[in-house]
Amino acid sequence: MGGGHAPGDTSHGDRGHAHHDAPYEPVFVGAVKDELTEILGRYPTKMAALLPALWIVQRERGWVSDSAMAEVAQLLDLTPAYVKGVVTFYTMYHQHPVGKYFVQVCTTSPCGACGAEKVVEAFLKHTGCGELGATSPDGRYTVIEVECLGACGFATPVMINEEFIESVTADKVPELLTQLP
Amino acid sequence: MADVQLVNLTIEGRQVSVPAGTSILEAAKAAGVLIPHYCYHPSLSIAGNCRMCQVEVEKLPKLAPACATAVAEGQVVHVYSERALEARKGVLEFLLLNHPLDCPICDQSGECELQDYTYREGRAEGRSQEPKRFNPVEDFGGDVLYVTNRCILCTRCVRFMDEVAKDTVLNVSERGDRAVIGKFEGKDLTHPWASNVVDLCPVGALLSKDFLNKARAWELDRTPSICPNCTQGCNTILETRDNVVVRMRPRTNSEVNRYFLCDEGRLDYRWMNRTDRVEAPLVRRGDRLVAVDWEEALKAAALHLNGKRAFVLASPKLSNESLWMLSRLVEKTGGRGAFRVAHGPEAPLPGVPDLALRAERAPNVRAAELFGFTKSDTPLSALGSDDVLVIADHELAPADAEAVQRAASVIVIGTTLPEAARHALVVLPATNVAEEEGTFTNLRGRVQRYLQARSAPGMARPVWWSTGDLLAFLGERAGYFLASEAFAALAAARPEYAGMSYDTLGLKGQLLAGAAAPAEAARS
Amino acid sequence: MGYPHTSHPKETPVLSQYFGDPGARSLDGWKQRGGYRALEKALGMSPADIVNEVKESGLRGRGGAGFPTGVKWSFMKPGDGKPHYLCVNADESEPGTFKDREIMRWTPHALIEGAAIGAYAIGAETCYIYIRGEFTEPLRVMNAAVKEAYAAGVIGPNAMGTGKRIDVHVHKGAGAYICGEETALMNSLEGKRGNPRIKPPFPAVAGLFGKPTTINNVETLAAVPHILNRGAAWYKGMSRGNPKSTGTKLFSVCGNVAKPGNYEVEMGFPFKEFLYELCGGPLPGRRFKAIIPGGSSVPIQTVEEAEATVMDYEGFIAQGTMLGSGGVIVFDDSQCMVKHIARLARFYAHESCAQCTQCREGTAWTTRILERIERGHGTMADLDTLLELADQMTGKTICVLSDSCAAPIVSGIKKFRSEFEAHITGKRCPMGATAAA
Repeated sequence: MGGGHAPGDTSHGDRGHAHHDAPYEPVFVGAVKDELTEILGRYPTKMAALLPALWIVQRERGWVSDSAMAEVAQLLDLTPAYVKGVVTFYTMYHQHPVGKYFVQVCTTSPCGACGAEKVVEAFLKHTGCGELGATSPDGRYTVIEVECLGACGFATPVMINEEFIESVTADKVPELLTQLP
Repeated sequence: MADVQLVNLTIEGRQVSVPAGTSILEAAKAAGVLIPHYCYHPSLSIAGNCRMCQVEVEKLPKLAPACATAVAEGQVVHVYSERALEARKGVLEFLLLNHPLDCPICDQSGECELQDYTYREGRAEGRSQEPKRFNPVEDFGGDVLYVTNRCILCTRCVRFMDEVAKDTVLNVSERGDRAVIGKFEGKDLTHPWASNVVDLCPVGALLSKDFLNKARAWELDRTPSICPNCTQGCNTILETRDNVVVRMRPRTNSEVNRYFLCDEGRLDYRWMNRTDRVEAPLVRRGDRLVAVDWEEALKAAALHLNGKRAFVLASPKLSNESLWMLSRLVEKTGGRGAFRVAHGPEAPLPGVPDLALRAERAPNVRAAELFGFTKSDTPLSALGSDDVLVIADHELAPADAEAVQRAASVIVIGTTLPEAARHALVVLPATNVAEEEGTFTNLRGRVQRYLQARSAPGMARPVWWSTGDLLAFLGERAGYFLASEAFAALAAARPEYAGMSYDTLGLKGQLLAGAAAPAEAARS
Repeated sequence: MGYPHTSHPKETPVLSQYFGDPGARSLDGWKQRGGYRALEKALGMSPADIVNEVKESGLRGRGGAGFPTGVKWSFMKPGDGKPHYLCVNADESEPGTFKDREIMRWTPHALIEGAAIGAYAIGAETCYIYIRGEFTEPLRVMNAAVKEAYAAGVIGPNAMGTGKRIDVHVHKGAGAYICGEETALMNSLEGKRGNPRIKPPFPAVAGLFGKPTTINNVETLAAVPHILNRGAAWYKGMSRGNPKSTGTKLFSVCGNVAKPGNYEVEMGFPFKEFLYELCGGPLPGRRFKAIIPGGSSVPIQTVEEAEATVMDYEGFIAQGTMLGSGGVIVFDDSQCMVKHIARLARFYAHESCAQCTQCREGTAWTTRILERIERGHGTMADLDTLLELADQMTGKTICVLSDSCAAPIVSGIKKFRSEFEAHITGKRCPMGATAAA
């Protein structure tokens, strides 16, 4: 799963609701800062590094907190409000902590015609999430419906964190879940 | 500018020639045709998002957004064709889809472009049966409330903060019909010019907390004025309801403030409604000040001044006419004049050259200095013990109180009677900026008129009037009945104002002889 | 070739020849399969000659609009002293479309090669490949390939040892369908909300970072090396229908069909043969009911219309729809059209950038009406309202997302009206997909 940076990694500062009182630990220090510097070299403006910088935040922290937005804003000479406007435009940045496994099931028409709704139901049932967008009580799963994942010929595609799984059917869901570490 | 190419086109049957590159929307304005629009504003970048300004252009297959379409030679534009009207009717229905239709409790009602255009071009009834989207009212900080449900997402506010205030505290958050104007938690609309978003908002989504529920737009009387709260001289509209000033808003003047007015300026108007006013001429009888008629009071004042030097402490908030008349009193008596001006932090509006809330917080410092009044933090330091101190609506600081006692006698011409001048021998009631007609000279030397917005309390008169009469009692030819007459006399006497009259000033003002236009100064 | 299936004899695999062949992914593997010869050749040609060759081939944009690629490149004025940019649109998000994903997964160097040639042809030293964020595997593969290409000196400050600079950067999107619209993609790349821009100015005048920019689809660029290697005449020769449609086209096929996948055929291939022979026809015991042939944004076809269609730009238009991105969505007789049209409207409502009034409000409103009809609470008047709203949403906004939402609504009501009426009169979904509340 997604290299060594599963969003479930709780070793960093602002993951989870319990850490709101803790002082904010900047994301962009050391090697991560160097990574951003390298990225900045690809573009003629600092602003262009915004999406990549937010991706780094999400990789490091599992989600993009307000504090992280402020940090990114400062690094790229933007305002926090500007960054927030951008973050809220794109669906893939988590503005809240999510489960260790973030499950996205495509339910757009082509997949809908091939039983995607049943796949969603199966995930909700077997993860214990109960409803879309909610995190399971054990913190392991968050399940959402997602618009077209661009793999319509392999209905139903499902993303679990960075892993892209093709041709998922409802009956395959329990086994898929047991394979997760 | 000489080699600008002109383009000829026809809009609603009217021929118009405009410089190449002009938008159809601006060309239509020049032709006297208003094309309905929301997101477009001449001070902001083109967003083209509201789609309200769609017009039909002959030979173009699609309707054209007038704000984002440049004029072309020979273009024939139809603003009110069936197709254009149908498209705008559609836009209006979409804009009202989630709108709460709460005009009866909305401050914008009566000056709302959504209301206006819906009456003019919209459907009588919406067709939606679906539940409306709901979002709570947000406090954006500063003086601004955001009533989300009324927002049409034209983004004028976002663009103003980004492009003009250069303080990007607003954004569009989310997308689709979940989109709202957003801000970052803890970062408020505290920019010194932030309240302009309220004026720019074409609907009732951004409201002034100060004006909240104060009046309906149709109850207001509107008077062209000049903001009296710093030396910039922003053009304003004073709005009164039943003789009470309830709001001050910017009036467009491309040479001074464009469309804008700072928060401090616009919100500092309550003093115009003060009720602790001197309403009648007063003269001292023993230990009491007694109300008398004007003639008696003026005679008394003249008597006290006769043969004495007047030390005139003149407020830099007084008009050109009043300051000039006071300067004549100084001259007549061989006295002196001085003033103090309040200071505050300067706050520029970065997107507009030479526009700022100026450090000097009074409108007429330039004229006061021009007419020989000495600017000082301790204006009474040169007051001699033989001098008659004339306090012309000037505020007295605690430090001034002692100096006031030093004067041989004290005459007050003012809106109020300061505590430290309670021992005055004569008190002449004065009008404030809202209660009189007059002119100010701003820091760049622009002479600008303001008109009377409310009636004067009691027997109060403009300072130029009472001072002129006082001079007459001292033997000068100085009695004027109208502000325009006083100004004409000033223009005749002072070379800087030569050739000016209320007619030539109009409502946009004129520069003093030799003063460079600020816009030109900024350009060079 | 119909990956994941074996190639059908009637296919003409050019771009898809190495789909499913992991050996083609590496730089060496790609070179062994003839890769980078075209780039080498191109860097020895003048940019104008490359543009002419591409013009001559008749290659048209494969992203949806079908604009002639060579003509688009010719808008970039050489020697204007400004930096030029090439953007590769790999934000493949149009429901029903998944061809660029396979190009990037299996033949990343084909895209790098095509992009490098394109960059050189338009005078750009920098090329950005904008890949949608959900494409985690294509992102991994492309990033690795770019790294490899830099290391081998294929691209970089001294591309192929010619002294010419061609930088290629992969830029990861973050979840927004609209970023597939070219100016929205540029805004997104610049670190902004993915709002489409008002045109003019067109990208060739003021595009990415305000500089002259060309933006091409993955499939378009991947075809360029083949054109340079084998000549414009060869490419132009692959045209069975209208001579304005040349070359091969990848069609992604999905939905209720026996063999979903990607198929590469010559322009002008008969759609009926394609659906029944290459794609294996309907699932057992089922019949086709409706086809959306060019991604979800184009009008829906009835089976009769589809069967009469010739698969090229003009052929689809002749049958009331468009080739679009070549994403063929098939619905069979088990499917409720009302439900699918409502679901597509919901997609557009979710993806609307929120700029234009008609789109922001219209996509959401039509979705609510359609979902209400589907639940059995619709009225006949709703159908008229829907058609009128669709008209208000067509041709009146900055980009065509709103039009795309309207297209399936209009064609759906026109061609499957009886299904809508059955929901309204029966107060429930007759397919049993949704019970009346």
